[in-house]
Amino acid sequence: MTPDQEFLTDSDINRAVVRIAHEILERNRGADDLVLLGIPTRGVPLAARIAAAMTTIEGREVNVGSLDVGMYRDDLRLRPTVALHPTVIPVDITGRTVVLVDDVLFSGRTIRAAMDALSDAGRPKAVQLAVLVDRGHRDLPIRADYVGKNIPTAREDDVQVTLTETDGTDSVRLVRAGGN
Amino acid sequence: MRHLLSTTDLSQTDALAILDTARELALVADRPVKKLPTLRGRTVVNLFFEDSTRTRISFEAAAKRLSADVINFSAKGSSLSKGESLKDTALTLQAMGADAVVIRHGASGAAHRLANSDWIHGAVINAGDGTHEHPTQALLDAFTMRDHLRDGQGSLDGLNVVIVGDVLHSRVARSNVWLLDTLGANVTLVAPPTLLPVGVETWPCEVSYDLDEAIVKADVVMMLRVQLERMNASFFPSAREYSRRYGLDVPRMATLPDHALVMHPGPMNRGMEIAADVADAERSVIVDQVTNGVHVRMAVLYLLLGGQEG
Repeated sequence: MTPDQEFLTDSDINRAVVRIAHEILERNRGADDLVLLGIPTRGVPLAARIAAAMTTIEGREVNVGSLDVGMYRDDLRLRPTVALHPTVIPVDITGRTVVLVDDVLFSGRTIRAAMDALSDAGRPKAVQLAVLVDRGHRDLPIRADYVGKNIPTAREDDVQVTLTETDGTDSVRLVRAGGN
Repeated sequence: MRHLLSTTDLSQTDALAILDTARELALVADRPVKKLPTLRGRTVVNLFFEDSTRTRISFEAAAKRLSADVINFSAKGSSLSKGESLKDTALTLQAMGADAVVIRHGASGAAHRLANSDWIHGAVINAGDGTHEHPTQALLDAFTMRDHLRDGQGSLDGLNVVIVGDVLHSRVARSNVWLLDTLGANVTLVAPPTLLPVGVETWPCEVSYDLDEAIVKADVVMMLRVQLERMNASFFPSAREYSRRYGLDVPRMATLPDHALVMHPGPMNRGMEIAADVADAERSVIVDQVTNGVHVRMAVLYLLLGGQEG
């Protein structure tokens, strides 16, 4: 296998976003009482894209915001302090269904932190999870409801997601451990 | 950054990191649960050798919002000599496992002494040392200015800040001069010559004796408290004369540009350095300063304690 592999191109990412938008609408029977919250950094533009796709399908605005989980991580003492990102919750989440959006689902620890952060912001009716890439190797009993692409990886591999909004281009690459 | 002792230690990047972090943390105050789990299991000791209401409460609130355990240690009335008491107290705190010590002390350099000793291994935050520095006050002042005049973004480039009053005894003025200079603001100190320290000409600021002239172009006027408890020498002929020449009253406030802010670190002597009507005026952001103090202190605690140790 090649050490550095492009798993998703920009058009693949677009198709995945549109499919996830359809799936969210199908599962929730429309966009009523839905709030999409992206997890910084790359979950935020992804959430905005999914919301835009949902708006196109439904012809109405979809609530979208961001949820910073930096202060809720369980590995704070294992790394240098991280800069904080904005948390923007556009409507009261209590009684609504929140869809968390992130780029890569790996250990599940970010999502655990996000669920803690959510419980401090209100009491959602339900919480769902949409990710662009599920690369496996969970440390916690967490699974995604909507997945753009499952990528089998070794734990040491590196999945690199770039998005136009944050990095200039859209791509998902897998860098194999020990590759060069 | 391991300690926060002086604003002279802060680069513009450091200072902006604190202000940006504080801006995000300010949003926590609007949420139903005004608490973050970030410093759970950490112990913050408030070690206050001098009286203080707002600074101690502000640090306590900040630490509690980050879920740290807070121990308040007030050394008021201690008869031990300063050197011994500081060392012994520090050793006690170290033995109790303090992760951070917030210290206010009447002697300039006390925080520095504590940070550079091997008495204590935690982070040291200077909450006012003698007439030297009070860095978190300067940070909350800068945060308030940025929030009102710069939309909470970027530096304070080109902002004209006039600091008026007892500069000689003011640790707030010292910390502000250095921090505001680092952030790109132009600072003018206005005081009677007797209340200016020796060597003020080497500070990165202008000095004026004429308040009316200085405030015409001011974006911010910061009134300093006349420290009556330190006024044993004759620094000015009478309170009334001081108030006339260096106090901010309503007619004088009217000469300020429309957007200009009035600030005061508190506690105020209403009628002395600031008229009651000025303190309660729309452009007075004195209450905001107190609110922002909690956000800025949360940011400092997070940045010093939130990450990896050492």
